[in-house]
Amino acid sequence: MITSSSSSVRTGPCPAHLWIFSSIGKKTIVALTGIALILFVIGHLLGNFSIYLGPDAMNLYAEKLHDLGPILWVIRLGLIAVVVLHIYFTMLLWKENRTARPQKYIASDPIKTTVFARTMRLSGLIVLAFVIFHLAHFTVRVVDPSFQEMHTLLDGRRVHDVYAMVIKGFSSAPVVIVYVVGLFLLTFHLSHGIASLFQTFGITNSRIRRNYECAARVLAWALFAGYVSIPIAVLVFGLGKGVGQ
Amino acid sequence: MKFHLKVWRQKTCKAPGKLEEYVAENIPAEASFLEMLDIVNSQLTGKNIEPIQFDSDCREGICGTCSLTINGIPHGKGRGTTCQLYMRNFKDGETITIEPFRADAFPVQRDLVTNRSAFDRVIQAGGYISERCGSAPDANAVPISKVIADQAMDAAACIGCGACAAACPNSSAMLFVSAKVTHLGLLPQGKPEKSRRVLNMVHQMDEEGFGNCSNYYACEAVCPAGVPASFIGRMNREFTAASVKEMVGMSV
Ligand code: HEM
Ligand code: SF4
Ligand code: FES
Repeated sequence: MITSSSSSVRTGPCPAHLWIFSSIGKKTIVALTGIALILFVIGHLLGNFSIYLGPDAMNLYAEKLHDLGPILWVIRLGLIAVVVLHIYFTMLLWKENRTARPQKYIASDPIKTTVFARTMRLSGLIVLAFVIFHLAHFTVRVVDPSFQEMHTLLDGRRVHDVYAMVIKGFSSAPVVIVYVVGLFLLTFHLSHGIASLFQTFGITNSRIRRNYECAARVLAWALFAGYVSIPIAVLVFGLGKGVGQ
Repeated sequence: MKFHLKVWRQKTCKAPGKLEEYVAENIPAEASFLEMLDIVNSQLTGKNIEPIQFDSDCREGICGTCSLTINGIPHGKGRGTTCQLYMRNFKDGETITIEPFRADAFPVQRDLVTNRSAFDRVIQAGGYISERCGSAPDANAVPISKVIADQAMDAAACIGCGACAAACPNSSAMLFVSAKVTHLGLLPQGKPEKSRRVLNMVHQMDEEGFGNCSNYYACEAVCPAGVPASFIGRMNREFTAASVKEMVGMSV
């Protein structure tokens, strides 16, 4: 009996597993989770801007989010999964990259690599620490437990007074410094990350790469300006002072 | 010209190595970097010191055999191979540190000589086309557009020197592999096997212990053949597309 040549059929381990744990697969997962995080960061900023519309607007926005109930939890768990995947795969890449270069150069030269690219791990880990602080501060409210007792009336309903909490939170200079530093490192991370995505997905050429790099920095700094404007407005320009007191 | 050299000396691949200092004297400005080392070696031999071992072959910038990381930059400053680097580009009296190409996948054999056969195994995994023997087909029978031919030529310029992996902080060989994948995958002769090629070559690259790409672009900055890093992006895309084909059970 003649059997067909097996050369056209690749056998062996599961192709999905092969892709995920290949060098390019791991990178792609970091980039995909990175996109999800960038979208979240943009969305979160747009939500935060409701603070400029006054106490009711912000409290209404917060209440709408809480009213999502189980959907909010799906989004939260999704975000946690994305962060865990992002960090797991970057740490895996890091470990392999260190083994790949066991002996460093004595006379070393950065050769065109940018400081943003070289500090991705450091900036990422500081962002992680900042995110944990931020959650403890405004979500779990353990940094200042008095935040748990802040309530207000919105259309006759007793709701958590997010506006007053944020104003009170950002009235402390040390807290604002933590936020500015955390956001500055996010800006660093995204200055490389946003442009890097396009290379990872292969939507690139030598000319357009410069544009991606420029656009990434503009977007990263725009996000920085947007986010930092809120604590600065509260601490320096007295936003919300005298409201509801 | 006179130079103070700090050269990596290592007796065997297992032995620990260290930088040794030598003085290179009476070096003509028109000497290439390798010729400078030849002169130093003849002086060392006169003093009964083992000559410095380094790789070279064509000495005209086309074979990719010469290596050396000079002051932290593979092939030294400027685009080109070490054999095409001239001493007139250095300052008289300068201190020059010379180390071997560093990558776990390129073990040092002795002094500045590294074993770069990992690249050969990556090529064996798919860097070829399967063509039946017989008379060559008519050159004009297969139309190839100028744009594609140019791009394939840019990729084919790779001389397999390994500077990309030596420059990359992660010792990633992506620029080399992407040059081969692009060069063969763009042309009609190589297209039928392109999915299988990219899968096999990337998996072999990973197996050899090269690192992962972090999009640093140090590779592109040192490549003597001017291979652009956009080919890495192209390979990322092709590899994922081929992997998806494989995942859904299509033959690749
Ligand atoms: C708001 C949170 C974050 C966002 C928006 C974000 C976004 C991104 C993006 C877009 C990339 C580029 C992916 C690519 O190479 O194509 C990236 C890479 C990276 N991220 Fe994050 N990230 C975040 C948090 C973190 C955290 C907490 C860490 C902690 C370890 C981290 C570590 C890294 C590292 C190491 C890379 C480089 C991966 C490589 O070497 O290719 N990131 N990130
Ligand atoms: S891509 Fe450039 S640096 Fe890398 S092996 Fe080819 S010629 Fe050398
Ligand atoms: S010796 Fe052949 S390229 Fe330098």
